Amino acid sequence: MNSATHYDVAIIGAGMSGLAAGIRLAHFGKKVCIFERHNAPGGLNSFYSLAGRRYDVGLHAMTNFVRPGVKGTPLGKLLRQLRIDRDEFALCEQKQSRVAFGPRGETSLCFTNDFTMLEAEVAQNFPAQIDGFRRLVAVVRAHDDVSLDAPAESARTIVRRHIADPLLEDMLFCPVMYYGSATEHDMDFGQFVIMFKALYLEGFARPYDGVRVIIRVLLEKYRAAGGERRMKCGVRSIVAREGRATALVLDDGGEITADHIISSIGAPETERLMAPSVQPPASDIQSSSLNSALRIPHSAFPIGVLSFVETITVLDRQPAALGWGEDTIIFFNDSHRLHYARSEDQVDVRSGVICIPNNFDFGPGRELPEGIFRCTCLARYDRWADLPEATYRADKARWYAAIQRSAHRFLPPPPAPDTLARAMIGTDMFTPRTITKFTGHLGGAIYGSPVKNRQGRTALANVYLCGTDQGFLGIVGAMLSGISMANYHILQKG
Amino acid sequence: MTKDECKQVVLDIIADIAPDEDLTNVKPDVRLRDQLQLDSMDFLDIVMELRKRHGIEVPEADYQQLASLDSSAEYLTPKFIALGK
Repeated sequence: MNSATHYDVAIIGAGMSGLAAGIRLAHFGKKVCIFERHNAPGGLNSFYSLAGRRYDVGLHAMTNFVRPGVKGTPLGKLLRQLRIDRDEFALCEQKQSRVAFGPRGETSLCFTNDFTMLEAEVAQNFPAQIDGFRRLVAVVRAHDDVSLDAPAESARTIVRRHIADPLLEDMLFCPVMYYGSATEHDMDFGQFVIMFKALYLEGFARPYDGVRVIIRVLLEKYRAAGGERRMKCGVRSIVAREGRATALVLDDGGEITADHIISSIGAPETERLMAPSVQPPASDIQSSSLNSALRIPHSAFPIGVLSFVETITVLDRQPAALGWGEDTIIFFNDSHRLHYARSEDQVDVRSGVICIPNNFDFGPGRELPEGIFRCTCLARYDRWADLPEATYRADKARWYAAIQRSAHRFLPPPPAPDTLARAMIGTDMFTPRTITKFTGHLGGAIYGSPVKNRQGRTALANVYLCGTDQGFLGIVGAMLSGISMANYHILQKG
Repeated sequence: MTKDECKQVVLDIIADIAPDEDLTNVKPDVRLRDQLQLDSMDFLDIVMELRKRHGIEVPEADYQQLASLDSSAEYLTPKFIALGK
């Protein structure tokens, strides 16, 4: 029975970061409870069933993959800190991914979990830039990206010191931004380094059964350590007195108390729990460009403006049968420059990310039972949020088709024009509205606020942030965020 | 508790927090950091596992006493004895 009314630590949100924080705290004897509004754990990286079929949402690939024996990287730290044996995740590596730019992807850079591949691709496609690229890589390798008090710097400025060709610059930024940046056009160099290492120097992998394997491992560790969780039980508000949180009011009206509170729901979202009577108007959504972000005082966390749609297409055959058997992830852009910014229209189909989960190497003779084709594009929250239901459905159908048309330009054409249509046996699509509905992230902002808070401090002395808005990116980053904040604010203090 | 038993306590903890490290030839007089890949998060875990498993407190100012197995044994053995172990 989950009937206690006082905990050493209350954690808001059962996503990757909240679960990881919970495991650490419960392992070291803290009485912990995770409060999750949704009925499923996982947060931004979860799974669901629809029409008898199981879908993953969020995660394309686990980044930060390194092979056994490679030490001192985020994946190794996370496995040690959570006492997870790497076999429990049963990670299968990507085949290859590529960045494809131009109306039909004429310029491409392939990369795999072996970094020498990307280096050779840069040398071949951008021979004048290879020395600069190597210098940039040396700077990235030397950067202390887990420092909790590094100043913000423009990644574009630093990258341009080494890379003079804007096409290569944008091609390197495209995956890095799509897989984690909450800021438009530019990003903080520390965040760039985290993602550059996670994507290019480390790599992509996933369990055969997808993200649910990772969530299941975390849940089991947490349960075994004695952690409690209450599902379908969100936190409505945080009651404060004299600069400290004194109680949490739950969705069901109940109240609990806790010595410490870790919130994984996002910085602006947490601020709203602390001051539920002060609801900023919708026009409060601010520009997320790095320059304006840097001017915002430390205590203010604007709602992010970058949101996404994702289409999922289920096929009755392996994608290889359509000629799509090589690439695991494709980052595409049809324009001269990359426009990583809030979409003007409901969706910006010029650039995006294709994921073909079948194209991980699951081992000899082992393949996913159905073909899956996922495509993500930038989208604009306020053009989706308040649509009447009929319009919303019609717009989804229209954009689904437009996204497929755009993405197919970067893949070999199927054997016959109608092959693809005949192979399709299911589709689904999420929009910025779906994100806010299921994750509570304001503005459909998957990567949260453009202003990150490395130390995780809030206006209340015993409330800390973890997860996306603390600023470690990707799911490995999210878990390390929960670990770091639990260590820093609670366990190190005895 | 003898000093050798005390070293084994520390090795057992390291084996649990860093199962990917080979502990068969750890030299007791050499800094652990110089022969194993252990970072500050791992050292924090050694301290916390000592508290969790054995009720031994290591204040932050004394963390450097755990640098090698020999120095750990010098530092921890009196603490174990004080607890009647």
